[in-house]
Amino acid sequence: MTQRPQESLPHVVIRFAGDSGDGMQLLGSQFTQNTALQGADIATLPDFPAEIRAPAGTQEGVSGFQLHFADHDIFTPGDETDVLVAMNPAALVKNLQTLKKTGIVVVNTDKFKRGDLAKARLDSNPLEDGTLDGYRTVLAPISQLTKDTVQPLGLNTKEAERCKNFFALGIMYWLYNRDPESTTSWVESKFKSPYKEANLAAMQAGMNYAETIEVFQTTYTVEKADFAAGTYKNITGNRALALGLAVVAQRSGLQVFYGSYPITPASDILHNLAPFKNHGVATYQAEDEIAAVCAAIGASYGGNLGVTGTSGPGIALKSEAIGLAVITELPLIVIDVQRGGPSTGLPTKTEQSDLMQNLYGRNGEAPVPVLAPKSPADCFDTVIEAAAIAMRSMCPVVVLSDGYIANGAEPWPIPAMDSLPELTPTFRTDPEDYQPYARDPETLARAWVRPGTPGLQHRIGGLEKQDLTGNVSYDPENHQKMSELRAEKVRKVQDHIPATEIYGDEDGLLVLSWGSTYGACRAAVDEVRGSGRPVGHVHLRHLNPFPADLGPILKRYDKVLVPELNLGQLVKLIRATFLVDAIPLSKIQGQPFLTHEVVKGIEAFAPAARS
Amino acid sequence: MTLTKKDFATDQMVRWCPGCGDYSILAQVQAVMARTGRPREDFAVIAGIGCSSRFPYYMETYGFHTIHGRAPAFATGLKASRPELSVWVVTGDGDSLSIGGNHLIHVFRRNPDINMMLFNNRIYGLTKGQYSPTSERGKRTKSTPLGSLEQPFNPLQLALGAGASFVARSVDVFAKHLQTTLESGYEHQGTAFTEIYQNCNIFNDGAFASFTERSVREERVLFLEPGQPMVWGKAVRRGLVLEGASLAMIDVESDADLERVLVHDPSNWILAQLLARLDPEKAEPVPVGVIYQEQRPTYDQAFQEQLDQAQQVYGPSDLMALLEGGDTWQVE
Repeated sequence: MTQRPQESLPHVVIRFAGDSGDGMQLLGSQFTQNTALQGADIATLPDFPAEIRAPAGTQEGVSGFQLHFADHDIFTPGDETDVLVAMNPAALVKNLQTLKKTGIVVVNTDKFKRGDLAKARLDSNPLEDGTLDGYRTVLAPISQLTKDTVQPLGLNTKEAERCKNFFALGIMYWLYNRDPESTTSWVESKFKSPYKEANLAAMQAGMNYAETIEVFQTTYTVEKADFAAGTYKNITGNRALALGLAVVAQRSGLQVFYGSYPITPASDILHNLAPFKNHGVATYQAEDEIAAVCAAIGASYGGNLGVTGTSGPGIALKSEAIGLAVITELPLIVIDVQRGGPSTGLPTKTEQSDLMQNLYGRNGEAPVPVLAPKSPADCFDTVIEAAAIAMRSMCPVVVLSDGYIANGAEPWPIPAMDSLPELTPTFRTDPEDYQPYARDPETLARAWVRPGTPGLQHRIGGLEKQDLTGNVSYDPENHQKMSELRAEKVRKVQDHIPATEIYGDEDGLLVLSWGSTYGACRAAVDEVRGSGRPVGHVHLRHLNPFPADLGPILKRYDKVLVPELNLGQLVKLIRATFLVDAIPLSKIQGQPFLTHEVVKGIEAFAPAARS
Repeated sequence: MTLTKKDFATDQMVRWCPGCGDYSILAQVQAVMARTGRPREDFAVIAGIGCSSRFPYYMETYGFHTIHGRAPAFATGLKASRPELSVWVVTGDGDSLSIGGNHLIHVFRRNPDINMMLFNNRIYGLTKGQYSPTSERGKRTKSTPLGSLEQPFNPLQLALGAGASFVARSVDVFAKHLQTTLESGYEHQGTAFTEIYQNCNIFNDGAFASFTERSVREERVLFLEPGQPMVWGKAVRRGLVLEGASLAMIDVESDADLERVLVHDPSNWILAQLLARLDPEKAEPVPVGVIYQEQRPTYDQAFQEQLDQAQQVYGPSDLMALLEGGDTWQVE
């Protein structure tokens, strides 16, 4: 191999873009996996259309995958890209605006014929009209080179064309000095002959091509990031939720019964859990969203742990049943992987607009604890905590993930067995003085009784319960008492919330965030603090109830800024709950915050740097 | 200890209207459960919403009064995860055929081993008298002062069409027959669906009187017995025969006539469809009893088998191996 000079970079952002059928998500995840194994920190942003195959070559059909990797701790997939790999004109023009002025663009020139330009609705050829002026451009006939490579292996033209993502992957592996072994073994396990050989040949051809052409004067490396010692793997949010639920099943000794109906972007939780049947997880693909939650509640009623997962539209359908679990005081985990709304909205795009729905979107006073993971890996801990609360307090608990962390990936330190929490559900078996709605004074939870337990037969249901006996009651005072008890029970979840962690300054401006905006907010806070302006950061996992110490913390700051991917939902709760003049920072574009957008928001309100 | 019907009654006041057909059904179910010899804690009674769905409050078993139309979904989740329980679903014509139609057809398709009783009074009782999906076309109610425009569902046909493995019918006031039918359902492995004609004496009184009144019962009702010729009538003995692909009625006056009469075979799905379509409006008899029955794997059984199979295929759970699986890297 000709030795080219190597340059070490602190961090790199690459965006792969092509048609939905071009295999961009596969290309991105392969490069990500390889990068993670090298030891760099990573953050990813898959960005694809809802259509499985939108009309080929159109801007609507562009599927993208962005990867940020670094030799240091990073929080976001990056605002700007260093490298853009564009498989067609639509992918090029749609993604060029985020490419740095000094960036590299790798283009599949075979897809820039007159017809291709027409599909992308372009009047002129961006390869010729000056669009690419100033960029370091690699014009590669990827389709043709791939075909020349793999057709001798017996693939027809159409099949050969499909291997081109591996050719592009080969170029990138060469450019970043990678050993492609992780992809080689993956291809070998995933594909049959001759496709296995074809994909590997295409990748090798891409590497050879990159080495041969004289465009790349330099290759690049990104050193390992400084992680705490341990074993790591690359994990997406949906995978982390599934692993967390397997832990719940094993540590509680209960069957986890996952009832779900396919919906983007939550379906992968079901796909991940379905092969976990040997780990005490049962999965049930129901006839609709309502049946999914009802079957899960049926399982919880039976003394197992019912879990249902969906996205916003599914929560709307499940609302009545979640209310039933509230009044019958049964444990249940409800996972909402939020997406753009309202209605069908933006199924494959991210948003944080279901907060109010989950807090208040049920008939009657029906409070439930609500938790939100901050990152893909944090989904693991969050769902385990949700299970602990549900079983301890006998109530439904909502886990609010979103499309960004569901599909995004990051390195996850695999926990040691003894660091996993012990979950010890208790069931009443003593018939002496049993009353279905008698409560534990600490948690206010009623006792969980498994049907089949002798002498404890009792009836529960959606009609208001008489305190203690659980008999149907229309008594006015009783309804007030029971409503207050259910609310107080949820408030008492606070007793188990650890002290709130304050990052940065303890006065000045506070950035108060929740859920998947953690990374952009933390990066933005770091950036503004670098200029000396006083900024603190509190990131909430617990949205209901809020941590008990949150009120006093908010009062320490001159200003509170609440960045959210909605039109201002947490900010309303903060204002209403704490009478704090919190300022919204809203983005609702189906995309996560860019760091500089949060920086701009902070700079508008943060006090000047201290002298 | 041998339990009696009384042992299955709760201390709660039964709050159905005086004269409601539900009282009889409650008594028969309590009697049937007592006769099974199983302890009370083995039973879970799951109901949706409607007059009939108050049923669990009156049963000294485990009971769950859920939400409108969804009882089959709760019952499926319960039975799949606790197959050793005897799960009974109580529903009505509005609950299961209107708001819960989807769950009804899917429970038939899946076939969990549960007992489903559909109390069909052809009216909405709890909401005070609107027409239901089993009300006859032209039904005048508060919500249809000029008559309903809709073709009613035939619950038996719907169940057969959706693949139910056990389809039966009985009547609230046919105490013995109802018990026998429910017992057959209890013994059936799979979803045992029994439509129970139930009189709502407040909003739809006498809906079934034309064939359930003692004076006419024997002339109008065909009591189905497996292996027995399908005959009815006292004054004139009548029988069902096959003419072409349809059922026809003949007078049974001789042994030769009786030879022609069809023998009831609950395993014959086509015959079951023909029986389900018999229409008292056309002076045809009303069939009651087990109309159709087939043995096929139950959902809960298959569900458990797959959990066991997973142990074989994937091996026993090793949590750390699961967490550590896939591509990993070490940081020193």
